[in-house]
Amino acid sequence: MNTTSSRPGTKPARYGMAVDLDRCTGCGACMIACAVENNVAPAGPDATPRTGITWMRVYQISNGAPFPDSRAAFVPILCQQCGKDTPCAAVCPQEAVEVDPATGIVDQMPQRCLGCRYCMTACPYHARYFNWWDPRWPPGMEKTLNPDVAPRMRGVVEKCNFCHGRLHAARDRAAAAGRRELLPGEYVPACVEACPAGAMVFGDLDDAASEVARLARDGHSFRILERLGTEPKIYYRTARPWVRQAATQQRKETANA
Amino acid sequence: MPDVDTQRMPRGVRRSSPRQFLLWILPWCALLAFGLYGAGLCLVKGLNQTNMDNRFAFGLWIFLDLTVIALGAGAFFTGFLLYIFKKNELKAVINSAVVIGFICYSGAVAALLVDVGQPLRFWFTFWHPNVHSMLTEVTFCISCYLTVLFIEYIPILLKNRKMRQVPSFLVFEFELHKLMPVLAGVGTFLSFFHQGSLGGLYGVLRARPFAFREGFAIWPSTFFLFILSAAAAGPAFILLTTWLVSKISRKPLVRPEVLPLLGRISGILLLAYILLKAIDTLVWINSTSPARGFAAHQFYAWKPFGAWILFVEIVAFGLLPALILLRRRLRQSTPWLVSAAGLVCLGIATNRFVLTIQTLALPTLPFDRFLTYLPSWQETATFLAVAAYGVLVYSLSFRYLTLFPQEKDLSC
Repeated sequence: MNTTSSRPGTKPARYGMAVDLDRCTGCGACMIACAVENNVAPAGPDATPRTGITWMRVYQISNGAPFPDSRAAFVPILCQQCGKDTPCAAVCPQEAVEVDPATGIVDQMPQRCLGCRYCMTACPYHARYFNWWDPRWPPGMEKTLNPDVAPRMRGVVEKCNFCHGRLHAARDRAAAAGRRELLPGEYVPACVEACPAGAMVFGDLDDAASEVARLARDGHSFRILERLGTEPKIYYRTARPWVRQAATQQRKETANA
Repeated sequence: MPDVDTQRMPRGVRRSSPRQFLLWILPWCALLAFGLYGAGLCLVKGLNQTNMDNRFAFGLWIFLDLTVIALGAGAFFTGFLLYIFKKNELKAVINSAVVIGFICYSGAVAALLVDVGQPLRFWFTFWHPNVHSMLTEVTFCISCYLTVLFIEYIPILLKNRKMRQVPSFLVFEFELHKLMPVLAGVGTFLSFFHQGSLGGLYGVLRARPFAFREGFAIWPSTFFLFILSAAAAGPAFILLTTWLVSKISRKPLVRPEVLPLLGRISGILLLAYILLKAIDTLVWINSTSPARGFAAHQFYAWKPFGAWILFVEIVAFGLLPALILLRRRLRQSTPWLVSAAGLVCLGIATNRFVLTIQTLALPTLPFDRFLTYLPSWQETATFLAVAAYGVLVYSLSFRYLTLFPQEKDLSC
């Protein structure tokens, strides 16, 4: 596992997110915003739901009850930015995964990735994606590419990095304004910005005064697969017991789906 | 033409006619060509030619790698017993074991090069190694051990009748032969580590509770279980291949006591492995998995991977062949001996299958699905190419090199 040194003279942050499942409508705006911001190429004609690239993926869950008592909820799954024994970082054979102690963000370096996909087998959230195809944009659509983010080539793994391009841009703006620290809300990933329901809150979990830290402490908050002990930094909230149960408890299936 | 061919064969042994040999290798050459075409498509067009996906990130090839490397372990373990423990009876099969080891390891490395998304970056692991990764350990040890196997293969090649006519080759072969105990020692050391780290690959996946195991120091229990299981499977595979080659070529290749000895070695190691594996499974069911929020029985609730697979792996393909191989009377009977060796090899393949494929099929997210995966024809063709390559290299080695030193005496 490789780590970069903290930025001298700045207080390290521990960026995280709180997702309110009771507000999420499953509209998918976060997925679109994510793909556009991070230059994720449109899926080709041969791609399947299992081979496409969706750094942010919205799962639908249901309470399993028959009509009229059936209920649905949506769970956006992105890289959970594991803070302890980060499973993907520990296994990468060539240090292409980096946990930045200055931000807590788990970064992927596609330029160094061998494409062995060991990190993908290690990730319990299935939040890592392999470029099965060359990235291709339909003619004209390349004009929409974000110049701050390098597209990835075929044969490497990629994943959510909390819009690292936006972090760099925010740091540049702060430096231009003569500040070393970022102001709350100055750096926000694209998915959080795009969510029309305001279901996502982003910020520094170590800043006790921040909204995200307050929500993470909330009694309705939980983390998915918390008992694995990897200290994920994405918190989910719901006041509905069945949603919490469906998102945290293993099902006792007897037949494959 | 037949004379030229005969001059390249070992003295005092009979081999099939060139025509017969050609008829034997032609289908394998065709299979190899077909497989290379499939592998070429994967290299040129990318891994979209496979049926792997973001959940099934590993597939048939990793299963193949783990299995053939375990089966190829006979090379290191036979060398270890022969050169370090002076078990001289094993001289009868050591050359064959080295060739099998070389085939298995080189085949696995070739499949791995197709399996990675950026094969030209293979050297990155040596340049930017993550010393915490089991895959780094695997890469380093397998690269070194393949080199050792290649060096061990050279003296066998240089013993060819034509090669021996070059005096400098004779000297080189003689000098290399003196190095064999050292190479066997180095090979054993490297093999212990890479067999172990192949087991560690999955055992360290702390976030995949089906595969994760507690262990000793930095090594999960699968590290030690893989070493022991490979040491048990290696001699069984040599036994099986020696019997098979003897049947196909219709010649006695080793003295009658050699195969039962291999069976006995395999049986002892297998019994030790099965006992430890059973303890490890009980610890995992009662402690490791529940501690991470997963009751072990949940894993077996997903069909078709029911608890039967655990029974098959531990009892039918583990305990049963171990007990057969440990009974002297049954060991002396070729059908029992060969069947038991076959079961050992199947048991190892099942173990590697469970660890690679079942782990990935099982969901970890509570609201995710159990997934299935069927390899594409390109994946299957690449798999078959490795098998065809193995048969061809072994067939050529058997025809022109001395793989079984006792064959000459037994033919007289």
